Amino acid sequence: MVAIDWSAKLRHLLQTLFFCGLVATIEQAFSSRNTFLPSLLYSLLIGTTIWAVVDLGRHLIPSAAETGWPQGWHGLLLVLGGIVAGFLVGKNLGDLICQTFGLFPGRKVNSAADLRSSILITLLAGIAGSYWFHARNKSDYLLRKMREAQQHAEEARLKVLETQLEPHMLFNTLANLRALIAVDPARAQQMLDHMIAYLRSTLDASRATTHPLRAEFERLGDYLELMKIRMGPRLAYTLELPDDAAGLPVPALLLQPLVENSIQHGLEPKVEGGLVVVRARRDGDRLLIEVDDTGVGEASGASNGNGFGLTQIRERLHALYADRAALEFRRDASGAHARIQLPLP
Amino acid sequence: MSPTALIAEDEPLLAQALQAELARAWPELRIAATVGDGAAAVDAALRHRPDVLFFDIRMPGLGGLEAAAELADAWPDDTPFPALVFVTAYDQYALQAFDAQAIDYVLKPVQPARLHKTVEKLRAVLAQRSERDGNLEATLGQLRHLLQAAAPAAQPVLKVVQASVGNSIRMVPVEDVLYFEAADKYVRVVCADGEVLIRTPLKDLLPQLEPQLFWQVHRGTVVRATAVDSVHRDEAGKLHLALRGRKERLPVSRLYAHLFKPM
Repeated sequence: MVAIDWSAKLRHLLQTLFFCGLVATIEQAFSSRNTFLPSLLYSLLIGTTIWAVVDLGRHLIPSAAETGWPQGWHGLLLVLGGIVAGFLVGKNLGDLICQTFGLFPGRKVNSAADLRSSILITLLAGIAGSYWFHARNKSDYLLRKMREAQQHAEEARLKVLETQLEPHMLFNTLANLRALIAVDPARAQQMLDHMIAYLRSTLDASRATTHPLRAEFERLGDYLELMKIRMGPRLAYTLELPDDAAGLPVPALLLQPLVENSIQHGLEPKVEGGLVVVRARRDGDRLLIEVDDTGVGEASGASNGNGFGLTQIRERLHALYADRAALEFRRDASGAHARIQLPLP
Repeated sequence: MSPTALIAEDEPLLAQALQAELARAWPELRIAATVGDGAAAVDAALRHRPDVLFFDIRMPGLGGLEAAAELADAWPDDTPFPALVFVTAYDQYALQAFDAQAIDYVLKPVQPARLHKTVEKLRAVLAQRSERDGNLEATLGQLRHLLQAAAPAAQPVLKVVQASVGNSIRMVPVEDVLYFEAADKYVRVVCADGEVLIRTPLKDLLPQLEPQLFWQVHRGTVVRATAVDSVHRDEAGKLHLALRGRKERLPVSRLYAHLFKPM
């Protein structure tokens, strides 16, 4: 259960008392007799009771745990219960106080018309007040959620950059480049081009949401070609993209973390290196993409399917396709195997 | 006799580049071998017994730090231990803290000016290296520090070892364990009344064990300190542990020999 913020509760109570004062004032404005003081007393008593039942009672209802307000009919029932309790308790308490202290002796009450109008006023004011607090609560909740989501997105973006521009990757690549410039300037230029494309796509990734699968495969090619220059014969790779799938839109750099995992956790730790295969194909009304490697697999000690890269992919898939897309991942003795299913547009 | 060196670097272009830079900075140095992983580095070093080792820190299989520790353990007494230079793209272990000591380092891409300084230092070290080998001890001390810095942070203490035995799972309380020993793809968990095999690698197990109670005495062995009965030194100067009520002897690697000294 969430800790109750008592300063917020006090603020709500003061707001309620002010509202009750307002109700009594309006009531007086429409009345021919001078009944302001008794109206104010009853209004305050009824309002405070409704506040106590609704504002304090809502924390006892489990469905209020997340948003701070009970969901659906729970909320309605609470407000109605608060209004009924408010009227009964507030009115009887008021009567009791008046009798005990002999207040407002000249006041003739309890005519059927008076009772009807005070029930009506209590009902309307109770609903209006509750609605106001409910709306305030909801907008606070949404604002908080939005800030959380924003922060989450920023952290994720930073983390993607951190993993891709990881210092070992960056300086080893630069060291290779430096070595190539001396012995094979043409190849050095090629490597630099791949690196530029890789860096550009990494830094642009936050802007483009989707691009054709062809572009996705080109980016993977840049990365794998860079790694191939570094790892030499220890890395082999194939990219299989049939023509009828090349134009399909996919989230930008969706596959990048899978291929990076294959290199980092699969092939780099393996003395003899291995093979990375990326395949895409149409399958009925879906697009299937598979990333397989022949790396160390289950012996890698890396997390099995809940590392940052995979979580990131699952979140993106969920945000874009809800339940219509899926990622399966497993490591076994033969290496790591990832499989993504996307709905066709 | 011209000095010799061994290069261990898994990226072929970088190995070539280092060799080329070394040829310029230190023409009389002869490269005895160039290898691409840690295990091959240990083998080649024992075979060629070079004067200088250039070890990449990140290599497949055994990394540079582990390979150096392994080599220090297997190094024969009749040859001085080589001067060690680590090569790394990124100084995550704060190697510069060890500058001017037994272990040197260079950052990739290798800068000629920086390599020149390393070469000068190496020349001085080789010139004054005596037959009595103090270099090994100094190297071991620094390797210990580096390996400690590279070790993962301590985790919640493990209470029970869960091992799959046939179709069931055996629950072995950690207080019953005498020692853990890495064996191929498994770790043997040895107790007084038998043993089980688990798949969790020793390096993942270590951060979950109480360091005062369980001592790593070898790359592949972690022993309960209170289970050790006595420590013996053989003719070759190597330490072995005898356990209470057990026949087997556990070898102690040089890296961990400092743990056993009279109070």
